[in-house]
Amino acid sequence: MDSIIYLVFRNMRQPLLTLLLAYSISILGLVLIPGQDADGNPVHMGFFHAFYFVSYTSTTIGFGELPGTFTDAQRMWVIVTIYATVISWIYAIGTLLSLIQGDSFQRYITERRFAKKVNNLREPFYVINGHGNVGKELVTELTDRHQRVVVVDKDQQSVQMLSLLNLRESVPAYAGDSADPEVLKLAGLQLPYCEGVVALTSSNETNLKIAITSKLLNPERTVICRADSAEVEKNMESFGTNYIVDPFDTFAMHLSVALQSPGLHLLREWLSGVSHGALTEPVYPPQHGKWILCGYGRFGKAVYDKLTSEGLDVVVIEATPDLTGTPQAGCVVGKGTEAETLMEAGVDEAVGIVAGTDLDVDNLSIVMTAKEINPDLFVILRQNQRRNQAIVDAVHANMVMQPNQIIASRIRILLATPMLPDFIDLAKAEGDDWACELVSRIIAISSQEVPDIWELTIDRNQACAVFEVLESNGQPITVGDLMRNPRERDRYLPAIPLLLIHEDDEGTNQTLLPARDIELSMGDKILWCGRYSVRSRMNWTLQHPVALEYVLNDRVKPRSWIWRKLFPETA
Amino acid sequence: MNSEKVVFSFFIVLSLTLNFGFVYGDIDNPQHHPVYEFFAVIVVNLIATILKFGDRTQLGAVLLSTSLVAVLQLIVAAILWAFVVNVTDTGMTPSAMAMIVALSAGALMANVISVILLLIETVMLRR
Repeated sequence: MDSIIYLVFRNMRQPLLTLLLAYSISILGLVLIPGQDADGNPVHMGFFHAFYFVSYTSTTIGFGELPGTFTDAQRMWVIVTIYATVISWIYAIGTLLSLIQGDSFQRYITERRFAKKVNNLREPFYVINGHGNVGKELVTELTDRHQRVVVVDKDQQSVQMLSLLNLRESVPAYAGDSADPEVLKLAGLQLPYCEGVVALTSSNETNLKIAITSKLLNPERTVICRADSAEVEKNMESFGTNYIVDPFDTFAMHLSVALQSPGLHLLREWLSGVSHGALTEPVYPPQHGKWILCGYGRFGKAVYDKLTSEGLDVVVIEATPDLTGTPQAGCVVGKGTEAETLMEAGVDEAVGIVAGTDLDVDNLSIVMTAKEINPDLFVILRQNQRRNQAIVDAVHANMVMQPNQIIASRIRILLATPMLPDFIDLAKAEGDDWACELVSRIIAISSQEVPDIWELTIDRNQACAVFEVLESNGQPITVGDLMRNPRERDRYLPAIPLLLIHEDDEGTNQTLLPARDIELSMGDKILWCGRYSVRSRMNWTLQHPVALEYVLNDRVKPRSWIWRKLFPETA
Repeated sequence: MNSEKVVFSFFIVLSLTLNFGFVYGDIDNPQHHPVYEFFAVIVVNLIATILKFGDRTQLGAVLLSTSLVAVLQLIVAAILWAFVVNVTDTGMTPSAMAMIVALSAGALMANVISVILLLIETVMLRR
């Protein structure tokens, strides 16, 4: 895009030439036309004085007639000079201003600034494409965790909105089409600090293009994509997109966990909640009986598969079975918004209903009609538009499926706490009682809000004091030592170590809920869950050698060189 | 025939010829180096420089830099001239004249390179 500079120069040729000609003709005229000194002798102005005179006259400064009073012939020439040079100046400055204020030049400037900001990032960052509802949520959550991000969105306005949000980290943002590889390169796709690319735009094609571009230009980077259709998903998979987030499958998975183990579902909801959000109530979807499913689209199909695989009896209501296809058991034709269709499907004896069409009005209508007939129904509602939040809240559905929110929370977990999915997978094997016990432990440490979840790696960067001790004298440090309160070592911080990952030559070793007496070694990773202040308090132990010494050995080491010389026995 | 090329070549060659005309003569004799010719050299060199703005080719960039060198030398010479004549009490002296002409001779070299580049371009692109 350096061509714009050439364009500016090229367009300035004409005004500059005009100015130069006006100056040189004026100067030459003043030099040639004879003047008079005080005694009436003819004198000629030198080039130096002529240039001086023209310079201050043409810029309208006007010091007067210097060095001596002019003759009338000189004054006539000065009139020509004034009009020619002043107009030339106005022409030149006007052209320059219009070039600078022009769209292409301004665009060039913003582009340069953005590229410079991205280049100056000295921490790992993610490129987030699409700053809609999901993107906004994700950017806020990640910057709250001090994760740097770069935002690209087509819409100028939503990019400008970014500066109004009160974010914790500065976020370089650019309004451009992410489908253009040049834009992605500008956003730092090929920089060493780029950790990955997230494609969240509303268009499947753009997301696909972003995934392809990222994988071709920088194959090692993580690529996370949103996909709303099965073909696109397959396509993305085919060239190695790392994570494809499909809100429908994700929700169906959550639902099946909720059916099998309500405790585990609650645990997952709490651990993956937005920071400082309220703790949600547990849900108990009925595990036996008949379910009604309205809408057999992508969402309907995903839910149908999960419900039937749990051994539940599902009746499908679908308005256009020719388009969507039908399950093997057949379906009731209709929208489900009228009582007759619902009665035909057997709503009076059903235990649960899923309102899963792609229209919020229809879904709400289905829920209200069905509840009139059978008030005890367990209701799952699909909410398509975020702006309908108020009316969706008013119907008090047991579970609400909101695609945006599901995508945002899934991607946030993948980027901020990638150990959490591993933890959930391991937890699935433990069963419901184990999950319920952990839930009650979390209630005990958290104060009516979603607990803080963070990862800790034992290395020089995140735990420099611990690193030094492990490196030098080899005194063992246990998980419990880190949990001690650095002000009062006999008390423990309200935190739970959820998962410990230990890697050595024999392979990776994952320990669920590691006990306090497990010894740590270099490079271990721990997933913590605790109250919000705990993380910074634990940092004292991790980073401050004196605090660590107190926590480990209950003594305070002298810090200064003089003190260590004076009292060597305490060192 | 490209009229832009005509104007372009005209000013480049003119800046060389004027520059040569100014430098020609005894180096320290003010009689041989008229101030009007010097003024013309500066103006024509500036015009040639501005005409070279905005050319994206490699050759265009080199042409622009030779012109910038010439203009730089000439402006230093002009400042020297103005200083010697107006600020010092001595007026124009043979040694000052020699310095001014030497600087202009440097500009002449830059102009020669300019013209050579112009010839190369013309020969390479026979159209």
